[in-house]
This record gives sequence, structure tokens and C-alpha cells, in this order.
Amino acid sequence: MMGSLVRGLQNIGDSALRIIERIGAVVLFLGQILGHSAPSFRRFSLVIREMYYAGVQSLIIILVSGLFVGMVLGLQGFETLQSYGSSESVGVLVALSLMRELGPVVSALLFASRAGSAMTAEIGLMKATEQLSAMEMMAVNPLARVVAPRFWGGVFSLPLLAVLFGAMGIIGGFLVTVVMLGVDSGAFWSQMQAAVDFRHDVVNGMIKSLVFGVAVSAIATFEGFEAPPTAEGVSGATTRTVVSSSLAILALDLLLTAFMMKGWN
Amino acid sequence: MTGIAERPGTHQVEISDLNFGYGERPVLKGINLTVPKGGLVAIMGLSGCGKTTLLRLMGGQLQARQGSVRVAGQELNGMTEGQLYAMRRQVGMLFQFGALFTDLSVFDNVAFQMREHTSLSESMIRDLVLMKLNAVGLRGVQGLMPSELSGGMARRVALARATALDPSLILYDEPFTGLDPISLGVIGRLIRELNDALGATSVLVTHDVQESMKIVDYIYFVSDGVIIAQGTPEEIRTSHLPFVHQFVWGEADGPLPFHYPGLPLPRDFGLSAAGG
Ligand SMILES: Nc1ncnc2c1ncn2[C@@H]1O[C@H](COP(=O)(O)OP(=O)(O)OP(=O)(O)O)[C@@H](O)[C@H]1O
Ligand SMILES: [Mg+2]
Repeated sequence: MMGSLVRGLQNIGDSALRIIERIGAVVLFLGQILGHSAPSFRRFSLVIREMYYAGVQSLIIILVSGLFVGMVLGLQGFETLQSYGSSESVGVLVALSLMRELGPVVSALLFASRAGSAMTAEIGLMKATEQLSAMEMMAVNPLARVVAPRFWGGVFSLPLLAVLFGAMGIIGGFLVTVVMLGVDSGAFWSQMQAAVDFRHDVVNGMIKSLVFGVAVSAIATFEGFEAPPTAEGVSGATTRTVVSSSLAILALDLLLTAFMMKGWN
Repeated sequence: MTGIAERPGTHQVEISDLNFGYGERPVLKGINLTVPKGGLVAIMGLSGCGKTTLLRLMGGQLQARQGSVRVAGQELNGMTEGQLYAMRRQVGMLFQFGALFTDLSVFDNVAFQMREHTSLSESMIRDLVLMKLNAVGLRGVQGLMPSELSGGMARRVALARATALDPSLILYDEPFTGLDPISLGVIGRLIRELNDALGATSVLVTHDVQESMKIVDYIYFVSDGVIIAQGTPEEIRTSHLPFVHQFVWGEADGPLPFHYPGLPLPRDFGLSAAGG
């Protein structure tokens, strides 16, 4: 009885230590990426290419999801606000939720599962098929040539995707509330413009998605680079990328939100 | 067995008393080996005896546990990352499974190092790449992706890529596997020509005794982590050492074990238990 309790505690402690160790490893890896980033900026075409793979190819899912999320927000907001007789404020609700929270967070979650997992799988397969070794033997550092451009491609893509997600969401909210439910179009837009603050809402949202972009890209490239060079190794790493990135996004969101709220008062 | 130059300072690769293992299990146990400048040396041995490992040690991708590995007179053990990368600019390596970059076309694979390390113009690179591909008979596939090539074709493209910048040391890991007899002869001669025309030094890991005997200057046999025989092809062919004879003529019975060490066969099949 006592023994199993102790063992249970030990297991919890063990996994906690392993998680902390893993976070430390990702942070160290991030440092290495930054140290090998100069070539990516000297040859920016490498980053552009990765932005295409990470960003452009996530566009469809981001745009469609943004539209749906905005529509749902519009519906729910209209329901609730109507009972207080202030259904024109639904524009404010839709815009603020999207700018502050849903835009950065949901687009980062989608990005992690669409682009992050692909990044991990690609780098892991390159390792398993000795392409990274071959590159090393050609005196080209894979951290500089393979990892850093993908990392920066992800970091630059995500904020842009989040903005598009937010824009689509607002369009979705507009369609549902103004076009379908008959909220006054002028009130919808003017209240939104009055309530949304550029510095506090838009910029803070961008900061969030930039941080999420760094986290997701670092985790995705780390998992790929450190994946055991086998089929199971790569598939396990891909799953871990999605799980750890999602957790990291939500945890960082809590932290950032707390800091930003503090900054407001 | 003194065919190979023993003059000091003329060796491109010098390995002395090298020990290496993955984890607990030792793979190489006290290897001594030299490759003279301009030489073409073969390393032969049974599957799993550590030939690829030896090549990786020469390329500085693995670090020796003990002993020294010197390439062009420089000790690799303890080099910084920067020094290793500088050394590798002079080295070309053909990987056992090709290791072509799957996201680049055949042309871009061969052009990779030219773009990374030189400031040659695109038209110059184009000429060079087509020359290299022509030498392996694959100029026609320049636009294909690696996934569209057969295994043997991929190997030949990898060969073109490994020699793209005319390295002074070329390491070939099994260049002959998966080639048809015609390509085999052509690639064999190409390896010899590259060696002589570029003034390069080559190390060839291979199982193909007959083909490599035609082109190499010297042969090392590795078994169980040590070098058990060495000599010129002539010496090897006429050798009366039982394991050399067994290897050269491909006989199953002899001093070299075909089986990886393990439990005795009856025990693995549970026969001794049934009997006892
Ligand atoms: N990354 C590794 N981790 C652990 N053991 C390894 C690793 N790579 C190789 N080995 C072991 O080291 C030994 C030598 O492997 P190596 O690949 O050098 O053999 P090889 O002579 O090239 O064989 P082959 O002719 O089949 O290519 C093998 O027994 C193998 O099991
Ligand atoms: Mg091998």
C-alpha cells in the first residue's frame, strides 16, 4: 500500500523531470538554431521556400477554420447579447475574441498539426535516410541548411496566418449576424472599430502568434532532428510534435495573457 | 606485403591502433591502416564487420575511442566542428544507400556543393553538372527526382554528387551493389579514372572481390574488428591464407563465420531443452 503510493509519487516525479529535461533540450536546440541562422538571412530564398511549404500550404485549412470559428462566435454571441438587448455589440465580441485569443491560439494549433508535423516528418526522414549525414560530409551544416530555414519559415508564417484567420473570422461573424440574423451593419462595424485597440488587441495578438511560431517551429525541428532514424522513430516524433506543441501553445497563452493583462492596468 | 608506400608523410589517410564501438560492444579493435596519396585501396570484409564504421571515422562523423585517425596529416580526434567542416571540403563520400536529397532534383543534387561552396555562375554549374552526370551515364535523368530513379541509378547519381567538387579523398561505401554488369564495369573504371585524373586518393569498401581486384592497388581484409590480411590484388589472388582464399572464392566453409555470433542452433530452436 505504502509502496505503491511511493512508486506512484516516484513515477509522477520521474515524468515531471523528463518533461523539464525535454523543455531544456528544446531551449538548447533553439539556441543552436539561432547560432546557425546567419546563412538563412544571407540567402533568404531558403526561408521563402520554407514559408511556402509551411505557410501557403496551411492557407486553406486556416481560412476555412477561421470562417467557421467566426460564424460560431457570431451565433453564440448573438444568442447571449440579444437577451441583454445589445445584439449590435456582437461585432465587438467577435473581433476581440479573435484578436486576443482565438486567432493566435487556434491558428497556432492548426499550424502545429498541419505544418509542424510535416516539418518533423521531413527532417526525421532526411536523418533516417542519411541525407543529413551526407550533407555533413559535404561540409554543409544541416543545422544551418536544413533546420534554420524551416524554423524561420515557420516563425514568419504563423503571425501572417493568424491575421488571415482573424480576418476570415470577422467575415464569418459578419455573414452570420448581419447578413443572416439582421444585425445592423453600421453598428456592427462602428462598435467594433471603437472597441478594438491597435496596441492592446492587434499588437498583443501578433506578439502571441510570434511566440507560438517560435515554440512550434523549435519543437517541430527539434523532434525531427533528434528522432531515432527508423520508421517508428519518425512517426513517434511526429506525434510528439503535435502533442507537445499544443500543450506549449496553451501554456504560453496563459502566461502571455496574464502578463498582457497586467500591462493593461 | 610491402607493395604500398611506407614512406612517411605521403599518406592521405593514416589510422593507427584505432578502437571504436557503439555502446558497450566493440566494433573495431586495433586497426592499423594507411592509404598513400594517389592510391586506390579497398577494404573488404563480411557484412557487419565495421567497414561503414571505418569510413565514417575517416570522415570525422564518429570519434575514435582510442588510437588516431589522420587525414592529410591532420589528426581528426579532438578537432573542433569548424576544423572538421574545413577538412570535409576535401573529402567526397558515396553513402551505402545513396542518401540523395529527396527534395532536390538529380541536377540540383549534383549541383548542391557547387552552390554551397563556390561562387560559380549558373551556366558554369550547368556545364559541370552535365559533365559529372555524363560520366556516370545519366545525363538524361537530370530533371528527375530521386524517387523516380532505380536503386542502381540513384547510386550512380550519388557517385556523381560525391565527386562534384573534385575532392582529394574519395570514400566509396559499396559503389557496386545493385549495378548491372555493364554499369559495374563502367563504374569500376570510372572510379579508377577519377582517382588518376584528379590525383585523388580513394578508399573503396566493397564485397565485390572480382571487380575491385581489377582496379585497386591494395586490399585490406577486416574480420572481427581487426585487419586479418592485406596485400596487392596479385598477392591476394595467390594467397594461401585460408580466410583470404575463402573470401575471394566465396566459400561458405572456412575460418570466416557466415553466422553472426549467437546461441548454438539447437538451443535457439529449443531442441536441447526437448532432448534434456
Ligand atoms: N548506429 C549504430 N548503433 C549501434 N550499432 C551499430 C550502428 N551502426 C552499426 N552498428 C553495428 O556495428 C557493426 C558494424 O556496422 P557497419 O555498418 O560498419 O558494418 P559494415 O561492415 O558496413 O556492414 P555491411 O557490409 O553490411 O554494410 C554492426 O555489427 C552493426 O550492428
Ligand atoms: Mg556498410
